Amino acid sequence: MANYDGYLEQQRFTCALGAIQTVVSIPRAVPILHSGPGCGEMISGFFDKSRGYAGGSTSPCTNFNERDVVFGGIDKLRNIIDNTYKVLDTDLQVVVTGCTGGIVGDDIDSLVQEFQDKDKPIVSVDTPGFKSNNYVSHSNVVNAIINQYVSKYEDEIDEYRTDKKLVNLFASIPYQDPFWKGNLREYKRLLEGIGLKVNVFFGSESRGVQELQDIPKANFNILVSPWYGKAIVDNLQRKYGQPYTWFHYVPIGANETERFLKQVFEFANNEGAELSETKAKKFIKHESKAYFEELDNLATFLMEFRFGLPNHVHIVHDAGYVVGMVRFILHEVGLVPKEVFITDNTPDKYKDFILKDIKETSDKKDIPVYFEPNAGHAQDILRGIKHDGEGVILGSGWEQELAREKGYHFVSVALPSTVRMVLTSNYVGFTGGLRLIEDIYNTVLGAF
Amino acid sequence: MGTINLDLPSVEIREIRLNSVGTYSGNAKELVKKSYDGSLKDVNRKFMQCNGCSITKAACMTVLIQDSVVIEHGPIGCSSCFHGFDFSYRSDAHLRGVENPTRRRIYSTNISEKDTVYGGSKKLEKTIREVYEQNKPSTIFVLSTCATAIVGDDIESVCVDAEEELGIPVVSITCEGFRSKVWTTGFDAAYHGIARKLIAKQETDEKNNKINVINFWGSDRFTDWFKPFGYEPNYIVPFSKVATLKDSSKSALTVQACSTLGSYLGACLEQEYGVPELETAPPYGIRQTDRWFRALGKALHQEEKAEEIIAEKKKEYLPKIEELRNKLQGKTAFVTGGAAHGHALTSVLGELGIKVVGTSIFHHDPLYDSQRLGNDQLNQRVTDYGNIGNYRVCCKQEYEIVNSLHRLMPDLFISRHHGMSLWGAKFGIPCIQIDDEHFCMGYEGLVDYGNRLLQVLENDEFVKTISKHASNPYTKWWFEQSPDTFIEGFEKKEEIEESDGGRKIG
Repeated sequence: MANYDGYLEQQRFTCALGAIQTVVSIPRAVPILHSGPGCGEMISGFFDKSRGYAGGSTSPCTNFNERDVVFGGIDKLRNIIDNTYKVLDTDLQVVVTGCTGGIVGDDIDSLVQEFQDKDKPIVSVDTPGFKSNNYVSHSNVVNAIINQYVSKYEDEIDEYRTDKKLVNLFASIPYQDPFWKGNLREYKRLLEGIGLKVNVFFGSESRGVQELQDIPKANFNILVSPWYGKAIVDNLQRKYGQPYTWFHYVPIGANETERFLKQVFEFANNEGAELSETKAKKFIKHESKAYFEELDNLATFLMEFRFGLPNHVHIVHDAGYVVGMVRFILHEVGLVPKEVFITDNTPDKYKDFILKDIKETSDKKDIPVYFEPNAGHAQDILRGIKHDGEGVILGSGWEQELAREKGYHFVSVALPSTVRMVLTSNYVGFTGGLRLIEDIYNTVLGAF
Repeated sequence: MGTINLDLPSVEIREIRLNSVGTYSGNAKELVKKSYDGSLKDVNRKFMQCNGCSITKAACMTVLIQDSVVIEHGPIGCSSCFHGFDFSYRSDAHLRGVENPTRRRIYSTNISEKDTVYGGSKKLEKTIREVYEQNKPSTIFVLSTCATAIVGDDIESVCVDAEEELGIPVVSITCEGFRSKVWTTGFDAAYHGIARKLIAKQETDEKNNKINVINFWGSDRFTDWFKPFGYEPNYIVPFSKVATLKDSSKSALTVQACSTLGSYLGACLEQEYGVPELETAPPYGIRQTDRWFRALGKALHQEEKAEEIIAEKKKEYLPKIEELRNKLQGKTAFVTGGAAHGHALTSVLGELGIKVVGTSIFHHDPLYDSQRLGNDQLNQRVTDYGNIGNYRVCCKQEYEIVNSLHRLMPDLFISRHHGMSLWGAKFGIPCIQIDDEHFCMGYEGLVDYGNRLLQVLENDEFVKTISKHASNPYTKWWFEQSPDTFIEGFEKKEEIEESDGGRKIG
């Protein structure tokens, strides 16, 4: 559970029901909401371009009214599930509860069981908004799919972990990571580059339910996250005996991407994947060479541009990005990270690891870290901080105005944001690092 | 018989106050008739998709007040799309002369599971106090949510106590989603709070030279229109200040940009604060624009001035409108959007010679809070431009809209709300969505809108590309059914009903 439960201004994540976007991101899956009217609208309004195949105003919903609050809405839900099969062409249905369904206490599990007994690919998850946030409930949704849907295919599989080169990747939370589509594509490309086959589950690189069904065949799991998503790999370890390798932050740029790929490579071969070291090294070398060719160009620009450039950066984001960006920006962009703000309501038990990852970034610099889920408060702190020279703020759309106030450059890299268009850009990997450099310096140059 | 009772902390919902419905299938004339003879009844659906929620509408009105702070009392999810209002505020502020649009202050009490057991009132008290200290706003609005409503937090009492302690209005707004199927009730909820707590009773009957314009945002048409009469607009509620809201009871008159939106506030101002509401619908289409200026002239005792303006406008704009009609004549359109702006769009299309072959309007109010037939925009549309077949009220059910659109395949798809225009593109139909409700008003608006339609019709390359590659989650079976299939106790209408054509040339 997340630890802070005081009031919030400028929320950077949404309630537990926000995990409907996890469903929306699975090709041909549909969330069915047992919730008040407008819950779906709220969630799709928080995220950007969030419709997907059957999200947004396409998703079925019981639209609780006063009568349902008093008498329960289970019969209404039964009708809606029944008719979902007639109206919408989908491969997986995930029934989720909002606050109304949760408080009223409708037994959706038993209802969904009726449909499961008829061999429908349907799953139920308890996601009332007040229970947690979408960072937490993402794992609950994925685990419900594993426990209720993937498990149906266990019998068809004689043995788990049969494909030694196949891995399940749990990294970006769909939609909560604004770059999730591009990032997952890039993770896949990189891991394939070192010889693995990858289930990414979400987005256009996923094979949809087929990929879900293949989960037990995978040799091991990869978790890229400071804390969210851990419940998924724990579940898979219990269920299928799959071990996992855990990379704690978003790998951006050459140093961290190489570190990530090496960690996975070694883990894979310890688990019997028999990946070719020569091929993997060749791939990494090729990627790295192309990357550093561009860094040469950047260095020339940084050292010779005489009209003034920024020297420091503040980051307002979730823990995975804050750590990944701090490491990247100091070592590979030539900017100095100053105060950074982690807004994902990090559970206490993970905070020390995150602080350690940031501390290890530099033996010379002390980068102050604020865990501040009340992002309005984070802004108040940032407003009062002064450093010499030009600065950049990497944050959500909310930071645009703060940056103007402070006379800083601003790049929108976090949610929510109405001021940036992201389609398939990635920040992960070698190419992701270059993209972030472009974004920062396009903003800087655009201001001249 | 009035529908307003400001002694009650919560607004009465539209289903009860106005007998509003979210479902209808037939034609527009018949709907108007049923609205007036009291035979309109709401029914349920056996299949539904995500609806709208009152809280967003309440937020839309309160967040955009220049010097207010809004606290959503519930889980964080219930305010998670409000950041969009911050963007609207900054983008449109210049249209209302707000030079330095400040960041919108939006808070959530972030109710957790524990609070749903022990109650969240203490948390709300603390939040109000701290938020006040940080911002020193002119007013604080507290919006209720499903969770805190079911748990039974007494938001009104907390607000009354806070108001005494802090010395500013702390306004509780009852807008939890499950309370009303007609989410425009959320506007009424906000207006109810504003009318109870912010608008001041005046000691004299003396009026100033302002006219209240109840609207969302949009370009400023009204300054030019009121000027010849010696008046200026007082745009309420978005972009206003608490002080100007307070003084809106000094205005000479209230006009609406959309009869549904401002129904309740207009009636509050008239019945409780002595500001009359203009007795006719907003100026969409030539005939209604003429009626509107005449009603304005009458209300301000400057009838001749109104005639002068109408004559000038006709001279300037009629040739341009006729030119547009020549180009648009014979085109067909399908309209989806909320009442009553959806009605307004059908009038504008009719005026431009376009036949409206069907509609999916989100809800229907038989009669507004003013109880005046003159304010009914649908009645005006059928009187001025004839009947609309395949007139459906759809509670924003996308599957019904998509089905209707697919059956009718018009030349143009006109959408008023976010998320629907994509379906035009998926079917290769040029589509247009304009948020600015003033854009097609008056004579000027007919010309502006007509020109936009021509551009949209002409530039169909993009939608053609989309239509070739679009995904479609709906089954083949569904497209073969009547859009009424899942409406309980409804006779399915299989046939496509003809509409009257738009205005003829000449």
